[in-house]
Amino acid sequence: MTLSRRAVLGAAACSSLLPRRLFSATPARLRIGLLLPYSGTYAALGHNITDAMKLAASERGGKLGGREVEWVAVDDESDPAKAPANVNKLIAGEKVDILTGPVHSGVAMAMMQIVRQENVLTVVTNAGAQAVTGTLCAPHVFRTSFSNWQTSYPCADVMLKDGRKKAVLMFWNYSFGQESMAAFKEGYAKGGGTIVKEIAVPFPSTEFQANLSEIASLKPDAVFVFFAGAGAAKFVKDYADAGLRDKVALYGSGFLTEGVLAAQGAAAEGIKTTLHYADALDNPANRKFRESFKKATNREADVYAVAGYDTVHVLAQALEKVRGDTGARAELIAALETVRIDSPRGRFRFSKTHNPVQDVYLRQVKGGREVVVGVAMKEAEDPGAGCKMGK
Amino acid sequence: MSLSLFVLQIVNGIEYGLLLFLVASGLTLVFGVLGVLNFAHGSFYMLGAYLAWWLSERTGSLLLAILLAIPAMVLIGVAVERLAIARLYARDHLSQVLLTYGLVLLFNELQRALWGNDVHGVRTPAALAWTMPLGETQTWPAWRALTALACVCIGVAMRQIVLKTRFGMRVRAGASNAEMVEALGIDVRRLFAIVFSAGTALAGLAGMLAAPLTTVYPGMGENVLILSFVVVVIGGIGSIRGAFFGALLVGLADTFGKVLLPGFASAIVYAVMAAVLLWRPRGLLGPAFEGR
Repeated sequence: MTLSRRAVLGAAACSSLLPRRLFSATPARLRIGLLLPYSGTYAALGHNITDAMKLAASERGGKLGGREVEWVAVDDESDPAKAPANVNKLIAGEKVDILTGPVHSGVAMAMMQIVRQENVLTVVTNAGAQAVTGTLCAPHVFRTSFSNWQTSYPCADVMLKDGRKKAVLMFWNYSFGQESMAAFKEGYAKGGGTIVKEIAVPFPSTEFQANLSEIASLKPDAVFVFFAGAGAAKFVKDYADAGLRDKVALYGSGFLTEGVLAAQGAAAEGIKTTLHYADALDNPANRKFRESFKKATNREADVYAVAGYDTVHVLAQALEKVRGDTGARAELIAALETVRIDSPRGRFRFSKTHNPVQDVYLRQVKGGREVVVGVAMKEAEDPGAGCKMGK
Repeated sequence: MSLSLFVLQIVNGIEYGLLLFLVASGLTLVFGVLGVLNFAHGSFYMLGAYLAWWLSERTGSLLLAILLAIPAMVLIGVAVERLAIARLYARDHLSQVLLTYGLVLLFNELQRALWGNDVHGVRTPAALAWTMPLGETQTWPAWRALTALACVCIGVAMRQIVLKTRFGMRVRAGASNAEMVEALGIDVRRLFAIVFSAGTALAGLAGMLAAPLTTVYPGMGENVLILSFVVVVIGGIGSIRGAFFGALLVGLADTFGKVLLPGFASAIVYAVMAAVLLWRPRGLLGPAFEGR
């Protein structure tokens, strides 16, 4: 039997129209886009997230849902102005199957605008802006890190239980600080606490002396703050130097001590913070994760690395259910929505707005180390205000 | 605001102003004498802070670290002056801004490569780790008081050197007419190198003294640089005495702005600068060099 040229061409044309999932022999590589900072202030966070994602993938033999993973990384420089170009580069230029990132909330907001239009499956691996799983939520967008609400709302209850009913709030006056404060106030007012004064510090100013004198004269029961990074290191030192540490208890979201504990030294002693993770969490998944991360990178894992690590495991679980077919969008999203994993942070699942439902821990600095005192809020679920996903 | 809080805030403002003065004095000195707008001044502040941290980790003593870091800063100053700044004396300010801004980028990358992006705390020497009461609830760490005192001493010493010594006379002469001084047999190139490295060392020293108070972090130089320029402009470009009053004014304005007009806090310093410039377009004591 001889084949005519036309028949061969016709068969070839037909086969290219068939859906990819029918070909299980050599599936195409799974292209995962990473929109993360690799330079600038947040470079260390970007590297930790990336390395933890690669670690998780290698734990699964470098394959997710049977498809080899190919990483496409773009340095977002934590610059919201460059975000649209960077997102488009990954979506239109690199044609990634799944987009992940970023660290900076401003970049996340710009990214959300685009992925909502382009309908790309997206996993937010750090940025805590409320809008990601609130007003801008979308069926194909998930978040594996936290919402700002989750880092601060539970702390209100902790303070009230400690008998501190009069508080001063102090924060960096940008979206993260404002959202943290709004969440805290919501919880504090509900529990009958009074806020004596709100001190908004322009970002990224670190000259706190004038405001510390103000706090000293107001004499509240406690101070709740949002600062992070270098600002957090300096605030905690200044607070102790001003003699306030032993007189007015200091509370904050976990970012107050995260990553800067060594720089703060003895000044951080006794500070209570709330966060969905702590290095010292004592569970098998965390011990294993910290050990392998250290082995792979020679660095200590942190809360940022955990989000990267979980992102890949979450994706892997869901992709296995659809056998690696990212084209089966509805099934893949349904699979993601029902994912349950034993994360280093503890049990973890997605809420209706696709934000993690997770325990928020109460941590305290004791002897220069972060100690887990207990659970500040069991299965904390972000209210997802403004989300119209129709569920 | 109660009287005691008011007094406390004045103390805070003066203390902040004195540290700003130490940084700004080097900037204004270099501009007054060499006529160079040095954007890299903030980088020298950052380098000083990083050296203080790094050397105190190695030697275990902050005071020893400072003693080692000052000559290091002087050497850095000489090297930068010889290799880069010296080529710019005849050029306009735009070339100077471009070059020194390039130096800022260079030093930032150098810091990243050498010490990474982590935030570091610097421990105050044990002998100075005590505090004194300030008002009812607050305390004042000895290191802060000492830093303020050191700033005053350095300011007085600078004034004495510039006004009362033979070297100071040459500096003043070099500032007003470099060609004439050279014709009289004084090595102006050497003179300028000394002044530039003195400016570098002053910025570095400010960073070293501030390191235990501010912690050490990437980009710490840029914040200080902008405020230093505000101080220098308010004081009158090139005037050390002007920088002193300018720094105190900025320190007080910033402190009271934060408490009285919190919503306007980040702009208050610039509002003060605008007001001073409307009143005295050349700054409080500008543009003549010290002593004229």
